[in-house]
Amino acid sequence: MAIKQLSVFVENKPAALNKLVKILADTGVNLRAMSIADTKDFGILRVIVDDAEKAKAALSEETIVSVTDVVAVEMADETGSLSKILDVLGSENINLEYMYAFTASKEFGAYVVLRVDDIELAEKCLNNAFIKTLSELDI
Amino acid sequence: MARYFQPEIETASREKILEIQNEKIVKQVKHVYENVEYYRNLMDEKGVKPEDIKSVDDIKKLPFLTKADLREAYPYGLLGTDIKNCVRIQSTSGTTGKRVVAFYTQHDIDIWEECCARAIVAVGGTEEDVCQVCYGYGLFTGGPGLNGGSHKVGCLTLPMSSGNTDRQIQFMMDLGSTIICCTPSYAAYIGETLAEKGYKPEDNKLKAGIFGAEPWTEEMRRNIEKSLGIKAYDIYGLTETSGPGVSFECEEQTGMHINEDHFYAEIIDPDTGEVLPEGSKGELVFTSLDKEGFPLLRYRTRDICVLSREKCSCGRTHVKMSKPMGRSDDMLIIRGVNVFPSQIETVLLNEGYTPNYQIVVDRVNNSDTLDINVELTPEQFSDKVSDTQERERKLEGAMRTMLGIGPKVHLLPPKSVVRSEGKAVRVIDNRKLHD
Repeated sequence: MAIKQLSVFVENKPAALNKLVKILADTGVNLRAMSIADTKDFGILRVIVDDAEKAKAALSEETIVSVTDVVAVEMADETGSLSKILDVLGSENINLEYMYAFTASKEFGAYVVLRVDDIELAEKCLNNAFIKTLSELDI
Repeated sequence: MARYFQPEIETASREKILEIQNEKIVKQVKHVYENVEYYRNLMDEKGVKPEDIKSVDDIKKLPFLTKADLREAYPYGLLGTDIKNCVRIQSTSGTTGKRVVAFYTQHDIDIWEECCARAIVAVGGTEEDVCQVCYGYGLFTGGPGLNGGSHKVGCLTLPMSSGNTDRQIQFMMDLGSTIICCTPSYAAYIGETLAEKGYKPEDNKLKAGIFGAEPWTEEMRRNIEKSLGIKAYDIYGLTETSGPGVSFECEEQTGMHINEDHFYAEIIDPDTGEVLPEGSKGELVFTSLDKEGFPLLRYRTRDICVLSREKCSCGRTHVKMSKPMGRSDDMLIIRGVNVFPSQIETVLLNEGYTPNYQIVVDRVNNSDTLDINVELTPEQFSDKVSDTQERERKLEGAMRTMLGIGPKVHLLPPKSVVRSEGKAVRVIDNRKLHD
């Protein structure tokens, strides 16, 4: 099951990010994971939140928000975990557009969010390789 | 000692000039009425017959032509003679996708080049001079016009075209250029580059420069004169009437003499079209007096200026126009290229964007910059950075094709283009172009 990532267009200027993050806070939405890609002119904020619909509605008042399906993978917080995941994708010729990772705690391990060109195939082959992918319910 | 390229006409008495103009306008109007259906229809609508035009005083009875007419009649609608008689086209920006195309017979080219030759002689040019032309060559009139004028004077002509500043400087130094022709901003840039390379103003052999195609201030003039060690002269013209050389500055530098034996100038109220009395500030209108290929009667230039018939110490008797003080439309001149916001809007709509945009023009290191802020729509947004960057590049390419100069495009979130009281501010020009 793919999970929903919000992709948010941000102007590259002072305080632009904080404005958006404040909106999320005021809406009572909790951030579970985030990453930001920047260029000279603009940035794209990518977030996984506990209530994607609510967050999208609030942020859309301010800027462009799109919902992107991504794969979230749980992995052991240890050397070589990521490589194992990427091996699976690479062997199936799945292209990775971008990714970001976060560790929850020693106990729960690490997570990586993958944006791929063929999400169904990616999940299928990861699961076949006994790598757990997360669903919306896990968020 | 003042010198003239064509002393007899350049210093002719007022009466003599009027006599020439009156004789030419009758022929020119007849020529247009017989050959240009588009203008004949305009005259018929207004109920003006060629017989009604007996002297330049009657020119005010004629209908105006505007850039919109040129677009409407594109490409051949205003052609004044059979295409087999034409030997050249030149072109400039239109207000939207269609460019303005002007046609020249050999006679038209000769007149145009003579006008440029008058300008070159007015700054002291002779056959002894080395004239470096670094206006763009090609469809743009700057290069071809001054190149032709330089030939007519007999200068050694360096057809450099614009750009490649290192090579410009090398030729300037090695061949001892004495006259330079380019846009004032490029002259300032060359001056700066010379200083960076360790040259002092007295190291070059330049004595004069002929600068035009874009607005410039007296302050810029002083800077250029200082950095190049020259006297800097203004030149004016537009593709629609031929190109540079419609008017030019003499040593007195108090306005540009209009070549009145070829162009009749009027100043009108841009709102009412009414001809204003001498000395008034208003929109400049030109009527060609002896063109064959592209004769335009009462063409509205949209340039705001003042005409003066005060006696000039140079001995020339032709009327002088001030530097244009602004525009009566929204045209911008960026790096010597005419840019209309409507062209930018056309590209945006063609490429599927909203017409919510903002143009920011500035001058950085003597070079104009053009930034276009465009609002992205939700449908166009992608979570991938590369997609949006690709969009910017594609839009920049389409803009470059339309405008002839390359802008920097910035995609912004919806509603981020600044609006004042609900109305979008389309153009922010941070350059200080007028004194």
